[in-house]
Formats: sequence, structure tokens, C-alpha cells
Amino acid sequence: MKEDKNIYQSRRDFVRTAGKILVAVPVIILPVALSKKVTASGNVWQIDPHKCTQCGQCKTKCVLTPSAVKCMHNYRMCSYCDLCGGYLRQGTKTISTAAENQLCPTAAITRTFVEEPYFQYTIEEDLCDGCGKCVLGCKDFGNGSLYLQINQDLCVNCNECAIARNCPSDAISRIPDKEQYIPKEKI
Amino acid sequence: MKKKLPYILLFIMLAWHVVLFAQDRFPRPEFESGYVYPEHQVPLQRSLVWEYIDLVVLIGALAVASWLALKKRSRQGLVWLSVFSLAYFGFFREGCVCSVGSVQNVSLALFNDGYAIPLTALLFFIIPLIFALAFGRVFCAGVCPLGAIQELTGFRTVKLPRAVESVMISIPFIYLGLSVLSSATESQFLICRYDPFVGIFRLDAPYTMIIFGALLLVAGIFINRPYCRYLCPYGVLLNLFSRFSHRHLTITPAECTNCRLCEDVCPYDAIIPSDIVRPVEEPQKERKRFLIYILLVPLFAVGGAVLFRNLSPVFAGLNSNVQLAREIRAEKEDGIVAISKAAIAFKEAGKTENEMFEDEIKIHERFRKGSVWMGIFLGVSFGLSLVSLSTRTRRTDYLPHKGKCYSCGRCFQYCPIHLSKIAADEKT
Repeated sequence: MKEDKNIYQSRRDFVRTAGKILVAVPVIILPVALSKKVTASGNVWQIDPHKCTQCGQCKTKCVLTPSAVKCMHNYRMCSYCDLCGGYLRQGTKTISTAAENQLCPTAAITRTFVEEPYFQYTIEEDLCDGCGKCVLGCKDFGNGSLYLQINQDLCVNCNECAIARNCPSDAISRIPDKEQYIPKEKI
Repeated sequence: MKKKLPYILLFIMLAWHVVLFAQDRFPRPEFESGYVYPEHQVPLQRSLVWEYIDLVVLIGALAVASWLALKKRSRQGLVWLSVFSLAYFGFFREGCVCSVGSVQNVSLALFNDGYAIPLTALLFFIIPLIFALAFGRVFCAGVCPLGAIQELTGFRTVKLPRAVESVMISIPFIYLGLSVLSSATESQFLICRYDPFVGIFRLDAPYTMIIFGALLLVAGIFINRPYCRYLCPYGVLLNLFSRFSHRHLTITPAECTNCRLCEDVCPYDAIIPSDIVRPVEEPQKERKRFLIYILLVPLFAVGGAVLFRNLSPVFAGLNSNVQLAREIRAEKEDGIVAISKAAIAFKEAGKTENEMFEDEIKIHERFRKGSVWMGIFLGVSFGLSLVSLSTRTRRTDYLPHKGKCYSCGRCFQYCPIHLSKIAADEKT
């Protein structure tokens, strides 16, 4: 009887040890298999402004409210127009800073006079909600100096970006931590 | 310049549909007033150092949890550790990246060349598994923020009928299979998308996520830890690893006296009673059944593979490119107008339909391959769980089920031996 028990015991021990090895091996192999694909620095999510179609999902799909996506302005591309496609609503009769003329729903763009006939347009990031209306306006009727970017200081860097999942033009992708932005440069 | 502007505008109004991407239309001004261009602002990401601090905290918390569960045997300590983890990993670090989600990063990195996995994500995946192999599921006990929030809100225990329970615990296997398949094919991260509590950690989320999280928490008051038991895909791996753990939490610190006081206290149904009183079956009959079940395992594997291979077009719907291709095809063949934002963006962009359909075929192929493996995995899991039903073990003690036990330590205070030991310690 005693011997019989011992056999069972050793068989059970065998199964247990075999199982231990069986599950331990993948854990050891995994880092080795992935050794070439590991980066010490992380990734961040960023919008490629050249692919972006300003569909407006950046405003609504981000897990943050307001969205971490903000409009950025490359001043060196801007032509400082009086009649600005990014600032003024289509079909406005007068060029003024009146609220009914502004394209931006949150009045996040301020217009300041520089010199005749130039005006500077500045984005207030706190007010911007990343809807992209001004970007579309500037793209359709302007130099395209306004563009959407994910503000890395606000972004919580989700494992999978909720906007990226919904982006219809696949404009959002992981980029190396070192770069963080995809600036729109002067052509 | 000002006089010319209307003419330029007129020209562009006529032509802007054609020259959509030729945006550098207007000449840039030459300023005379000494105007200086404002700085192009690029606020940088919060420091990467935090991710490495997370790692140190993770290892520290796991070590403390192991010590509290196995050595100190303190339920109170584990509760406080849960509070800490909830505060740090949950509310302070806002729940990203977590070990549960890192499963997807690993599978994405394993099956795709374009993705380099961050070291922290890889270690977040591996370290809790190593601890599970050494000390059981201490990660669940007090480190995982998702577990912690449920542990702290589970006040009453209602036991589900065994039949319901055994069906429900198979969901995580399917969820794990699906999320690995979906991330390996670069489709989406299902675990992150349907994470119930991350919205609570961020205090900001779509309403569906909040409702899902709140429902789980309310259900969790009675059916404790519903996410961990019936959904968590990482729990499947921890369960497997913990079964072979080197050491594990025990209910009693010394010899079990079979007093049966702990029998019903585990909210997770993870205490296996001793079975000295169970009637013994005929060994021959039992052996025969065991053999049949063993032989059934490959059959289940093949069955699973065939079933899931045929189901793979359904899974391929998880991929947004496939969705788009289906929409465009429906427009072409059945005349249903494609109105989704993806379809509109596709029509604006230059990619041809043939390219897209070729792409779709490739993705389908990947899903077919992956689904076969998923079917094998699920078939083998199912077969092995049947086998484990037929293996007879003779237990003389009340022991925690190593796979199911979350090492929460609720059972300690019901053990008279544990209590008397504490009393003895206090005297000395």
C-alpha cells in the first residue's frame, strides 16, 4: 500500500515538474525571441498632417475631454492673409473679428494686426478642442499652415489610441519617442 | 497685393477641388515692421522616467504582496496594498500600460516586423508571470489596479450555480484568443477598447465605458471580481502559471484539522474541500474514462481548428481595412451608398479599389491562419479541462485551488489554527 502511494506521488510530481518547465520555457524564450524588436524608449501616437483629412473625429474620439489633439500653426508657411480661410466662416460679408464671422466654434483663434495688410493668427491651445475646422479651411483656401497634432504633454499615451482606431485615413500611428511630432514644413 | 486678392480668390474658388493638395498658394509676406515669427510650439511628452519608476513599483508591490500573502498572512495588509495599487497604477498613472493589455503588445511584436515593443511593456507582461510561477497569483491579490478596484468593492458574496460558473469561466479563454488574434493581425486592441475601469481611473471616458464599468462594479458587490473571473484574458495565463507555482498561499499555517469552517468563505469558489468522505469509484471505470478524455484532446483540437477556420471571415470584420473593403464592395455590387467616414476618406485619397481588395485578401489570409491556432488553443484547453475533471486526487486538507485563487487572504481569519497562532504570537 505504501509503495503504491509512492508511485502516485512520484507520478504527480513528474506532471508538476513537467508543467513547470513547460510554462517556464516560453517566458524565457520570449525576451530572446523579441530581443531584436525591443526598444528602451517608448512610442508616442502622432498625426501625420499629410494624411489627415480633418474628418473631425479627433475631437470626439479621444479618451480625454477636451481632446489631446490641438491645432498647431507653422507661422513660416502662413501668408498672414486678411481674408483667412481658417479664421473666417464661409460666406461672411465682412472681414471682422465678430463672433458670427469666426469659423472656430470655441473662438480659439485670435487675430492680431501686424502691419498693412497682414494679420497674425494665433491658436489658444486651452480653448482648442481639435475639431479641425480651421485646418480644413486653411487647406481648402490657404497655405495649409494650420495642422492637427497630438499635444504630447496632454496625451496619456494609451496602449491603443482611440482616435487612431477610428481615423478613416490611417493618419495616426506610433512614432518613436524621440521625435514626438510630425511638423508640417515649408514646401 | 490687396487689390489682386479678389482675382486670386476667384481663381482658387474655381479650381480648389482639383488642387486640393497644392496648398502653398499665397506668397508669404515680407514684413517691413521688423516682425519676428513666433516660436513653433512643441510641448514634449512627460518624462519617460515614469515608465521605469512604474517597473520598480511593480516589482516592489509584487514582492510585498507575496510576503503578505505567504509569509505574513495578513488580509489587512493586502487590502492596504490594493488601495495603494489602485491609487498609484490606477488613478495616478491612469492605468496605462498595464499587464493585462501588454498581452496585445507582445502578440503584435511577435507577429509583425514593423512594431518595436517598449521594454517596459514587455517586462510588465513577463514579471507578474514569473511571480505567479513562484508564488501564485499575487499580482491579482493586490497589484493589478483592475483587480484592486473590484476587491475593494466586493462586500457581499452570492455564489453562482456551478453550471453557470463553469460556462462563464470559459469566456476569458475566448477573449484571450480573440484579442491575441486581433492584435497579431494589426486590427485593434480589444482588451484596451473594452477595458471597463480605465475610464474611472481617468475620470473621463465615453459613456458606454462608464456604464460598462459601473455595471461590473455593481455586479461585483455580490458576484465578486466579475472582470477577473469571467473576462480577464491575462488571468488565463496567470491561472495556468499559478497551477505550477513553486509555493502558494495556504489556508492554514499548519496542519488542517478539517474543521470545515473555511468551506464556504471563498467568494471565488477557489477552496477545494478535502474529500476523505467522497465515495470511491471503481478504478477501472475511472481509468477508462481518463483514457477516453485524453484521446479526445486531439479531436477537440482538430474540431476547434476547423470550426474557427470557417469562422475566420467573421473575425476579419475586426479589421478596419476589411470593413472598408466590404463597404465599398456593397456599394459597387448592391448599390448601397458607402457613407462612413472611412469610405469618404478613401474616395478622396488616391488608393485604387484593386489595391484595397488585394489588401483585404491578405488580411483574410492572416486571419485564417490565426483562427486555426486559436481553434487549436481553445480545443486543447477544453479537452484538458475535461481530463482534469476525471483525474482523482485524494485530499486530506482544505486547499486553495492554485489556478483560481487570487491570494486575497479572506480565508485566513476563518481558520482556527491561524487565529490561535496569532493569539500565541501576541502573548509572546
